[in-house]
Amino acid sequence: MTMTPHGRTVIDRIWDAHVVTELGGERTLLHIDRILLHERTGPALLAGLAAAGREPAHPELVFGMMDHTVDTRPTRSEDPRAPSGSVFIDSFRQRTAAAGIRVFDLGDPRQGIVHVVSPEQGIVLPGSTVVCPDSHTCTLGGIGALAWGIGSTEGEHAVATQTLVRPWPRRMQVRFDGRLSAGVSAKDLVLALIARFGVNGGQGCAIEFAGEAVRALPVEARLTLCNMAVEFGAWTGLVAPDDTTIEWIAGRPFAPGGALWDRAVAHWRSLVSDPDADWCETLSLDAGALAPQVTWGTNPGQTVAIDQPVPDPAAAPDGQRRAAMERALAYMDLRPGAPLAGTPIEAAFIGSCTNSRLPDLREAAAVLRGRRVAEGVRAIVVPGSTAVRAAAEAEGLDRVFTEAGFEWRKSGCSLCFFSGADDFGGARRVISTTNRNFEGRQGPGVRTHLASPATVAASAVAGRIADVRHTPRS
Amino acid sequence: MEPLTRIEGIAAPLMRPDIDTDIIIPSREITSPERTGFGEKLFAPWRYLDATRRENPDFVLNRTPFRHARILIAGDNFGCGSSREMAVWALHQFGIRCIVAPSFGAIFRTNCIRNALLPVELPEADVQALAAAAEAAPLHLVVDLERCEITGLAHRRLRFEMDAGERDCLIAGLDAIDLTWRHRAAIEAFQARDRQARPWIWEPR
Ligand code: SF4
Repeated sequence: MTMTPHGRTVIDRIWDAHVVTELGGERTLLHIDRILLHERTGPALLAGLAAAGREPAHPELVFGMMDHTVDTRPTRSEDPRAPSGSVFIDSFRQRTAAAGIRVFDLGDPRQGIVHVVSPEQGIVLPGSTVVCPDSHTCTLGGIGALAWGIGSTEGEHAVATQTLVRPWPRRMQVRFDGRLSAGVSAKDLVLALIARFGVNGGQGCAIEFAGEAVRALPVEARLTLCNMAVEFGAWTGLVAPDDTTIEWIAGRPFAPGGALWDRAVAHWRSLVSDPDADWCETLSLDAGALAPQVTWGTNPGQTVAIDQPVPDPAAAPDGQRRAAMERALAYMDLRPGAPLAGTPIEAAFIGSCTNSRLPDLREAAAVLRGRRVAEGVRAIVVPGSTAVRAAAEAEGLDRVFTEAGFEWRKSGCSLCFFSGADDFGGARRVISTTNRNFEGRQGPGVRTHLASPATVAASAVAGRIADVRHTPRS
Repeated sequence: MEPLTRIEGIAAPLMRPDIDTDIIIPSREITSPERTGFGEKLFAPWRYLDATRRENPDFVLNRTPFRHARILIAGDNFGCGSSREMAVWALHQFGIRCIVAPSFGAIFRTNCIRNALLPVELPEADVQALAAAAEAAPLHLVVDLERCEITGLAHRRLRFEMDAGERDCLIAGLDAIDLTWRHRAAIEAFQARDRQARPWIWEPR
């Protein structure tokens, strides 16, 4: 019998370009092109490295960001909004300085959320391998990088050796066919995917997101899509680079220029999947049929279309899942069978590495222009980077938000997670553009509904979970 | 890293699916950039009733004999969510050395291997059987990493699979960075080639 030759996937192509050596079994020693650090997990990593008497192999390939614990209130102070947060900030400053690693500190125009800043500055490039001790590193797949989150100890390994050991990943292709309808975004696409196949639907795979709907997405929306690959249980996700990607990167501060640019582009254009590529798994979803999505429960898979009722645990496939649904409903204080749209909210949050880029802010502003947030709703918008904030202000979006009653904040992770101090001021039910609706994620007892920026804006105005398709834009 | 060959002790059942690292150790509990002091913070939202750390008597790890558990029997997708390695440190510092579940969050699983905490994947039915036995009567298990098997369940010997490289590292307690430096020549050769092939990677201004 002859072997059938199979085409190769974009993941194989990036992987192969980074193989240092095969270690036997399923394991490979991979070269790592970029290591990103932030002040929340970076200090322990650098402390471990120093304690072992080790030094960074290539400090010029390591970048540090201040994002997780920084004060994002409009009056930003040096004091972090987390108990003992200054320990993290100070320790990160000292340890990065000692290790010769550059940091975009508070006050730097490049400061912001690591997963927003690193593509924006051209630090992360298509076809590169990128790690960061942060689970949403997969966001960077949106630009065609093979990027994944690691722990602190693996981070030490990466910084010390510029390599990591990885098992050969199973490769999955997820196709989104058709075109998104008006009012439906990349966030809805990925929430629908997780709802359909479950929070472990990605099975630890490396995923290529493909199909007509993905090709039509701008880079920022691809970053949103890949951001939630980890919430889908994937190892990582990416979108193969194309003209959209290449145009987006051109001219960014750390991107290659001159003759190197042409060589880089030639390489990036080779990073595609063959039509007969050998996928371990393939999934597909009709993007054209999707409505805006909102989570009802306490994980991102507990999601329904905005026009659907809260599901009934009686329909769960087994007892364990039924119990999990019942717990989620109790925590979220929702009744099965009731419509989710119309549920009163007390706060609205636009921000995080999922949805805080300029197009996200534009989408929300288009809904908010000439409107006011409903009485009693605490509304907060946090641009993902200082550069996004400046760009938004240059086109007057800050005024649209503040005139609508939103608080216009400085860049950082902010209320994406509760770090102990900054909170929604007693609000219990929050509609949020973030990526995790886990119990207590945004504060003790806080009930989080994940949605797109447009849905959050429409809901803030209505004072209840709302269908943005019924809120005309101005 | 401490070598890990055989883990023996009480198994505690915690059969919820999708237990995320925010529950294993919430962000607000992470108040130090050190690697120690996380044991008492493990599962804080479930383990304690209030800020004074009054114990919730219903939570499994507050009950006898489970407060001395060495092995945790957990639901599907255990350790999903944030990459925080403090989740593994908290489990380890509490005394847990092995977690048995149908599947794990990918980053969490790697973090376990790096910290001498053994993640064992078993089919859902086997995990259910272990959990049911642990609920019914104190269950003392022996997890043998050399043989890749778990004993202690009446009339059953549960085999599990593990990547040989990972297993060898755990058994020998080898330092992964030292192991990697054995390939220094290959790393240097790769980098020399790569500087020619992809020079833009090496000059981020
Ligand atoms: S914005 Fe939220 S999810 Fe993103 S890196 Fe910051 S804390 Fe993590």
